[in-house]
Parts: sequence; structure tokens; C-alpha cells
Amino acid sequence: MDTDKLADVVHVEPPAAREMVRFDKVVKRYGDNVVLRELDFHVKPGERITLIGPSGSGKTTILRLLMTIEKADEGKIHVDGDCLTHTRRGDHDVPADEKHIRQVRKKIGMIFQQFNLFPNMKVLRNVSEAPVHCLGLSRGEAEARAIELLELVGLGTKVDAYPSQLSGGQQQRVAIARALAMQPKVLCLDEVTSALDPELVAEVLNVLRNVAASTDITMLCVTHEMKFARDVSDRVLMFDKGQIVEEAPPDKLFTQPEHQRTRTFLRAVLEEH
Amino acid sequence: MSEILDYLPLLLEGAWLTLQITAGAAVLGLVCAFASGLAAVSGSRTARAVSMVYVEFFRGTSALVQLFWLFFALPLVGIRFEPIAAGIVALGLNIGSYGSEVVRGAIKAIPKTQYEATVALNMSAYRRMRSVILPQAVVSMLPPFGNLLIELLKGTSLVSIISISDLTFSAQILRSGGSDTLTVFLVVLVMYFLMAYALTLGMRALERRGAASIGRGKIPIQRDVAKLPEPV
Repeated sequence: MDTDKLADVVHVEPPAAREMVRFDKVVKRYGDNVVLRELDFHVKPGERITLIGPSGSGKTTILRLLMTIEKADEGKIHVDGDCLTHTRRGDHDVPADEKHIRQVRKKIGMIFQQFNLFPNMKVLRNVSEAPVHCLGLSRGEAEARAIELLELVGLGTKVDAYPSQLSGGQQQRVAIARALAMQPKVLCLDEVTSALDPELVAEVLNVLRNVAASTDITMLCVTHEMKFARDVSDRVLMFDKGQIVEEAPPDKLFTQPEHQRTRTFLRAVLEEH
Repeated sequence: MSEILDYLPLLLEGAWLTLQITAGAAVLGLVCAFASGLAAVSGSRTARAVSMVYVEFFRGTSALVQLFWLFFALPLVGIRFEPIAAGIVALGLNIGSYGSEVVRGAIKAIPKTQYEATVALNMSAYRRMRSVILPQAVVSMLPPFGNLLIELLKGTSLVSIISISDLTFSAQILRSGGSDTLTVFLVVLVMYFLMAYALTLGMRALERRGAASIGRGKIPIQRDVAKLPEPV
């Protein structure tokens, strides 16, 4: 994949604030189960962070809250200087309405574990549909850009296929092109290789490595691919029971974890792989 | 045997009217089904309530009584329907209430993950429904819609009671006119069957096209990628 070309196709607007993502005392519960407890953290523009931790530790929930697929019970989330969860009315904050959420949400994209392509659309349409209707591009512009992106993820010959005709790795690469077509400033990656056959993992990770290398997109990544996390991320956050146990650059966290919980978790994950 | 030729024109005329009433009621029913089914999954509590009342009323009461009500009761308060219009409206509203549940169920059955993908692409609620949810849901509506259509076709015989000369009514006329009841009704059964079977074949063709439209089943040959316009 041509990384320079990718930088040409994916324009990321310069950040508007010093923090691209900020979680402010965010609480999320499912019934009696508290998934996130007053979580505070921030991500700088262009930073790549990886969230690790045992299942149920709240990593994926963080991405889903940021993508507004789920709502926080308490606290605030800011994206690029705008509050995602609340709007100002008079002198206090009220929960944001759909219009406000859409305004802020356009800066965020997400890639899912199960790809979630639209089965009723061919590949080209999967990638160009949202830019036409949500960015206001003409059909021609959107398709031209979709074709460029699809070529960059190595799927230039599959524009006319339905998702059901593609392998998992190909589907996930379409999903990456689809997310990039929306020019997001922040990209959430939710276990993007977990549903893939082992031999298809590399093609997806290589595409993501190139995206990381050639764009300024801020990335939040939930993954069990420790090598990928090490290669790409600037910072790794270890989660347990809805809180950050430890955070450090990958070289440090993976080689000299300070916390006992991190050590046992890493040992378990590395043994499995 | 030659007797058949004598009364066949009358029966064919009746069958034609039966088809017309079926078509009219199907169109009305489809409109009601989508209006009510979409209301049932909408965010508005009022819309959901209206839809529920409509469905429960028309599904929960007899189609024949609904027809009588439209044709015999409403004129008493000054609302008058032509017999055929009354037949189409009653049958259409009735079948629409069943169709509403088909629409609602098919929409609800689309995986949550599809909804999540539209959120991640920042689609509006309208765009989500229009581009993603409905095109997939419609495909799974087709088989139950096919069922309802055949139910509707057979249900049109109810209109013979308000003296519309549909297929069933024409048969009754022949019977009371002294024709061979055995043959007449056998012919009528065959005619209903043929019409229903034609509808079945039509719906199957639609189902095949629907399956192809979501990448299932036989998919039309792909365009040659080389023929795509050059990216600008």
C-alpha cells in the first residue's frame, strides 16, 4: 500500500483543541453492574492508544460511549474541544440532543469486530453512501474517492462485489476504507481482528499500520494483538474493573509492567498466543 | 361439457373483478402496512399508540363485520361507499393490519450491529432507515407478504355478500340459475387456485430478486471493473 497516497486521500483536519478525546468522571452501568467508575483520561491529537485488560474491564464500552452507540450514565466526554454528551443551555449543561451529537460525532469513526458492512450494498456503495448523504459529496466525487481508498486497501478489483462474496479480511479492509471515507479525526478500533481466521489477520493489521504511519488520525484501539499494539501505539492503558490500573508507553508496559494485575494479564495473553 | 363454455364468460368477468379488488386492497394494504409498521418502530409514543390501536382493532375483529360496518353502518351517519370501494377499503385496512406486523417484525429483526454501523457513519435516522434498514428488511418481508396476498385474494369472496359480482358471486348466480353446481364450483375452485398460484410465482420471482439485492442467492454477473470510470 502506498502510504504517501493514503495521506493524499485521507485529509485529517488540524485539531481544534489540545486534547482530542477527554473522558471526565464517566460512569457507565448495566443494571447493578458498574462497568466504568468515574473514568478520567484523555488522548492527544494524533496519539495512538491501546486499551488492554481482561474482558468485562470496560475497554469496549469506552469506544462505544465515544461513538455514541451507548450513553454514559454520568460524566462528560469531549471530542476535539466540543462536548459530545452535553450542550450548554443558559448557565448549565443539559444532555445533548441528536442534532448536537451528530455535529460532534462526524469527527469520530469506528471499525467493528464483526465488520458490520451493509449486505444490501456493493462494496463501492458501502464506502460511498455515507459521504454522499452525511458529508454532502456528489455521488461522483464520493465514488471516485471510494475507489481510491479501496485501491489503497488492496481491493480495487472488488468494488462491484457484495460483502457476502468477500473473505473476512477483505470485508474488514472495506470497513476500514468506509470509515476513512468519512475523514474522521478519531478512529475507534474494536477488536478488529478477533473475528478473523488467523491467516487473514496480517492483511488487516498491515493496512492499519499504514493508516497509522501516513495519517494524523487519533486512534483508540482495543486489541489482543500485542505485537500490533507495540508497533503502533504511543501509550497503552491497562484496564481492570472499569478503571485504569496502569498506563505507559508500550515498550515499558509490555516489558516492565509495574502493577501485579498487569503482569498476570500479560502473562495470560502471551501464553495464549 | 359445452355448458362450461356458456357460463365461462360470466365466471371470467367475476374473476377479473376479484383480481381488481385484490389489487386495490393490496395497494391500500401495503400503504397501511408500511405507515403503521414504521409508526410502530418510531420514537414517537403517539405514533406507536395509533399504530397499535389500528392493528389490534382490524386484526381483532371480523373482516366480514368490518365490511358490513363500512357498507351498511356508515351510510347511517352519512358516509357512503360504492360497493367496490367499500370492499377495497375494508379488505385493504384489514390486510394492512397484518402487514403492519410483518413490517414491524422485519425491521426489528435487522441486527443491532447494522444500526451501530450507521451511527459510526453519522447517518440520520431517515438515512439509516432508507439506505440500510428497509432495503434489508423488505427482503425478509416478501415471503410473509406473499402469504397475505393469497389470503387477501381468497378473502375477496367476502365482498360477494354485499352483492359485488366477483367470482364467488357469479358462481352463486349460476347456481341459483340452475346450472350444474358441481361443475360450476369445481371450475371456481380451479380459477381461485390458478390466480393464487400465479401470485405465488410472482412473489417467488420477487423473492429471488430480493435475495440477490442483498448479496444472497444467485447474484448477477459482475461488471468488469476495468470499465469503471477513472477516478477524478
